[in-house]
Amino acid sequence: MQALFGQLLIGLINGAFYAMLSLGLAVIFGLLNIINFTHGAQYMMGAFCAWFLLNHGIGGVSLGYWPSLVIAPIAVGIFGIVIERTMLSRLYKLDHLYGLLLTFGLALVIQGLFRNEFGSSGMPYQMPSALTGGVNLGFMYLPIYRAWVIVASLVICLATWYVIERTKLGSYLRAATENPALVQAFGINVPRMVTLTFGFGVGLAALAGVMAAPIYQVNPLMGADLIIVVFAVVVIGGMGSILGAILTGFGLGIVEGLTKYFYPEASSTVIFVIMVIVLLVRPAGLFGKEK
Amino acid sequence: MASPLRSPASASLLAVRDLQAWYGESHILHGVSFDVAQGEVVTLLGRNGAGKTTTLKSIMGVVPRREGSVAFEGDETVRMSSYRIARLGIAWCPEERGIFSSLNVEENLMLPPKVRDGGLTVAQIYELFPNLQERRRSQGTKLSGGEQQMLAIGRILRTGARLLLLDEPTEGLAPVIVQHIGRTIHALKAKGFTILLVEQNFRFAATVADRHYVMEHGRIVDMIANTELERNMGKLHEYLGV
Repeated sequence: MQALFGQLLIGLINGAFYAMLSLGLAVIFGLLNIINFTHGAQYMMGAFCAWFLLNHGIGGVSLGYWPSLVIAPIAVGIFGIVIERTMLSRLYKLDHLYGLLLTFGLALVIQGLFRNEFGSSGMPYQMPSALTGGVNLGFMYLPIYRAWVIVASLVICLATWYVIERTKLGSYLRAATENPALVQAFGINVPRMVTLTFGFGVGLAALAGVMAAPIYQVNPLMGADLIIVVFAVVVIGGMGSILGAILTGFGLGIVEGLTKYFYPEASSTVIFVIMVIVLLVRPAGLFGKEK
Repeated sequence: MASPLRSPASASLLAVRDLQAWYGESHILHGVSFDVAQGEVVTLLGRNGAGKTTTLKSIMGVVPRREGSVAFEGDETVRMSSYRIARLGIAWCPEERGIFSSLNVEENLMLPPKVRDGGLTVAQIYELFPNLQERRRSQGTKLSGGEQQMLAIGRILRTGARLLLLDEPTEGLAPVIVQHIGRTIHALKAKGFTILLVEQNFRFAATVADRHYVMEHGRIVDMIANTELERNMGKLHEYLGV
């Protein structure tokens, strides 16, 4: 029983990262029509940013986990904005494929540069002291940091969903996803909104990276491994669906965890099996709208 | 360009001169010139493909390429991005209505940001279109065609825009709805709005407009005051092929 709950917890943790990453991808795809393959690299950059702030700091002052949660998403988000302004904005009129190829190439370049600089063995990132330790729940031992990751990512996902589905800003975003030319003709600066949305999605990936740093090693390829699964999550949930990305992210994390307990041999493939089935039965994804 | 095609009023709110527009390789507008004076209701009449819709889109800045001059209150807009043109106080109701399916009726209505003071209040808009209030929580595209048209017009009245570009607001609607739209246009004129209307249905246009410009092959070929419409019926039938 201990082992089952242990696997469920790991599943939820993985699900939290799937959800945050696929949420960013969904928001970006909805408005920009770009399949952002650099998302994994940007997640990795978030983790490295936290590592750098802790070990080198700014002006000799080492900055820990909490400041990193704010600084890393902003720094990597700005990096994303530069990419969008200088490169992606030239591709909007073309097919998805061009954006995918460009971002895929960028991901390889970024990961290559980091691997060249830091090697591929990975570096540890110390857990913040306030979140070390754990609680014995009787049926299982719950490390506090993991509980924090699950709760924090749920809050982030739900807040993002709320802003998009229930606020004025979100109504601009939804409308511009449908008909950007008309929204712009109403007096809204759509190109700027597109840029900021990309920055936000990238920042979300970096935030996930910071949260992942104390759990996984800070490694130049940490995003490359994860992003493949995240894309499967996005395909299963349905491209562009916000709620779909969140629910599918957590749901598939749990499915993966359960598979590890009941049939460990299939745990690394179960998500892809589900993807194949969903593609055959409901090509637009579980929450996607048929075009 | 000869002066008869210009507005009789001295101060024009909108002055279009030698406007050219392209979609990719196709040259759609070949030098369109006309004026709309403050407070007027002016229509663009013409057959399908004459360039009426493209003229509205070019004024709004949503065509890929345009040249010439479009002055609104004396400001040259032809090189502005569409969101800046909107902020000057021009609002567009597209032919396809452009109701957003991911927004409910109220969100659709509140979407266009205020660009100036002096727009209608939401209460005044609901007074013009009571159906919208009843259905304000419905998904925008679940409305009937007529209601969608009312929503498309209603949402640009809040913003404070003084010039409304309405593209075939009566297209495909039942006569009773067309009458409602006609009364609305009169009410808006009475409130001081200036309206540039694209119409296929000149019988409807005659009930609301002060003047009519006739377009053919991407040019303005004639201007007929509404008071002289009867006398020019023969000419108009020839232009429109009806």
